[in-house]
Amino acid sequence: MIKNSAVEMAQSLASGETTSVALTKAHLDRITEVDGKVHAFLHVDTEGALKQAADVDAALARGEKLSPLAGIPLALKDVLVQKDVPTTCGSKILEGWRPPYDSTVVSKLKSAGVVILGKTNMDEFAMGSSTENSAYGPTHNPWDLTRIPGGSGGGSSAALAAFEAPLAIGTDTGGSIRQPAAVTGTVGVKPTYGGVSRYGLVAFSSSLDQAGPCARTVLDTAFLHEVIAGHDPKDSTSINAPVPQVVNAAKSGDVKGMKIGVVKELNGDGYQAGVRQRFEESLELLAKAGAEIVEVSAPNFEYALAAYYLIAPSEASSNLARFDAMRYGLRVGDTDGASAESVMNMTREVGFGREVKRRILLGTYALSSGYYDAYYGSAQKVRTLITQDFNNAFEKCDVMVSPTCPTTAFKIGEKTNDPLAMYLNDIATIPVNMAGIGGMSLPCGVAPEDGLPVGFQIMSPVMQDQRMYSVGAALEAALLSQWGAPLLSQAPSLGGAA
Amino acid sequence: MSSLSRDDVANLARLARIEMTDQELENLATEFGVILNAVARVQEVATTDVPATSHPLALTNIFRADVVIPSLTPEEALSGAPASEEQRFRVPQILGEEA
Repeated sequence: MIKNSAVEMAQSLASGETTSVALTKAHLDRITEVDGKVHAFLHVDTEGALKQAADVDAALARGEKLSPLAGIPLALKDVLVQKDVPTTCGSKILEGWRPPYDSTVVSKLKSAGVVILGKTNMDEFAMGSSTENSAYGPTHNPWDLTRIPGGSGGGSSAALAAFEAPLAIGTDTGGSIRQPAAVTGTVGVKPTYGGVSRYGLVAFSSSLDQAGPCARTVLDTAFLHEVIAGHDPKDSTSINAPVPQVVNAAKSGDVKGMKIGVVKELNGDGYQAGVRQRFEESLELLAKAGAEIVEVSAPNFEYALAAYYLIAPSEASSNLARFDAMRYGLRVGDTDGASAESVMNMTREVGFGREVKRRILLGTYALSSGYYDAYYGSAQKVRTLITQDFNNAFEKCDVMVSPTCPTTAFKIGEKTNDPLAMYLNDIATIPVNMAGIGGMSLPCGVAPEDGLPVGFQIMSPVMQDQRMYSVGAALEAALLSQWGAPLLSQAPSLGGAA
Repeated sequence: MSSLSRDDVANLARLARIEMTDQELENLATEFGVILNAVARVQEVATTDVPATSHPLALTNIFRADVVIPSLTPEEALSGAPASEEQRFRVPQILGEEA
């Protein structure tokens, strides 16, 4: 049962074949069995999840008409607040904190009857590409427990790949939904910036952060997308426009006559051979499905990584100033006569990890008088150039595509002492965040040389998110008929009953 | 070639209110040399004729009617406080003794 898609689970609920409580218990059992190895969860809310599930079952028994995902379990990235449930952002500075309110994403999930199983592991404050920067220890990739599950949302992607949940929420500032999806053989979508409310999403880089849906199929992802998307008066950057019809697009999967632009600069040198091979094969499948493949160029993408590592740390240095030991979270050194400033200094030293400190200081430098124009100011100009590259390319195509990541999952510990090598993981995902457009990663096979999943990235213009779902669904269907079973059936068993 | 000394990093840590150890300052000074050289590439294309983008959306100020809406109770607002007293956040001494 737990290996089914969310849509299949919903059908079983509707037919009375199973109940939400039974479904929730099956996933809680799975977590008990395998999470000791995977470590996808930081907190499992057994009681809360079972109560939500019982409420859905009662409503179904009363014959109420519920949303399509009512009663389906979900794993929530620990950067979105949920009332009275611990929220740490993977940081010691928030250990034990229980938020007094729900984020808009959580409110929408609860209204739709989605059952929240617990909070998933992540790089501290979403800063990282491997989940190794969590203060609570790394998450392990279910395909190979010695490898990273991606980051920052490695807990959410691993929970999906380990069948601990059929649905998950991630957040994507530079690729933190798409890169974890790519390296775990799952699907992840970063919606258009402003498409999903950021209210109650603990801010890392406010002009780049975007919450989004994660699942094991394109259609499941689309259903979750429609649950969490929409205008929110509590977020001043929320777009006041109808939600793109992504479920319809995922159902039809029609790409006939669509122009698919292959980004010349996001391929070639630096991309693993097996990644390139699976990407090229996918292009052939899309062409067979009726799409026209064209090449597009985005010459300024090569500066995106540099600009990102100025803009994101700059915004983070400001956003993370709120962790001052005064209103919530950790407080260290509050002895008689200690000043507020010394308490702040000591708390932030103890509460923040190495990568977070590195980025706060980098941002402080980039914004400081005398360096602002050379660093932050220049990065903002690059942001303009990248947006122009997208605009020019979208005149020649409907969506743009690339491999999601240059390589498959690397070993835990392999890049922890080389920040620049770690940052290179995000080279193909960052441009999307800089321009605020939509991006999806879906599995397109395993690399022949290492047997690990490869991600295919689809990028669509602002508020045209349905286009990436059409293309994603078409590719998924073509691949599935080739494989005969979902890619995850090739992943090794983690033991347990499933 | 950008580089930062240990003292430069110590100054940044002071501005960011983080009490760092000597070892951390030394490590960061080394790492920043490498990182700053990589990110300085933005200057190659950031010419004066290119406008800056601070945000992906064309933002305007958004107002709402000045009416009371439900909000956190004092107890809820203080629920995560490291210390509180008389419905207020209790904070360490902010002003010097002589103030």
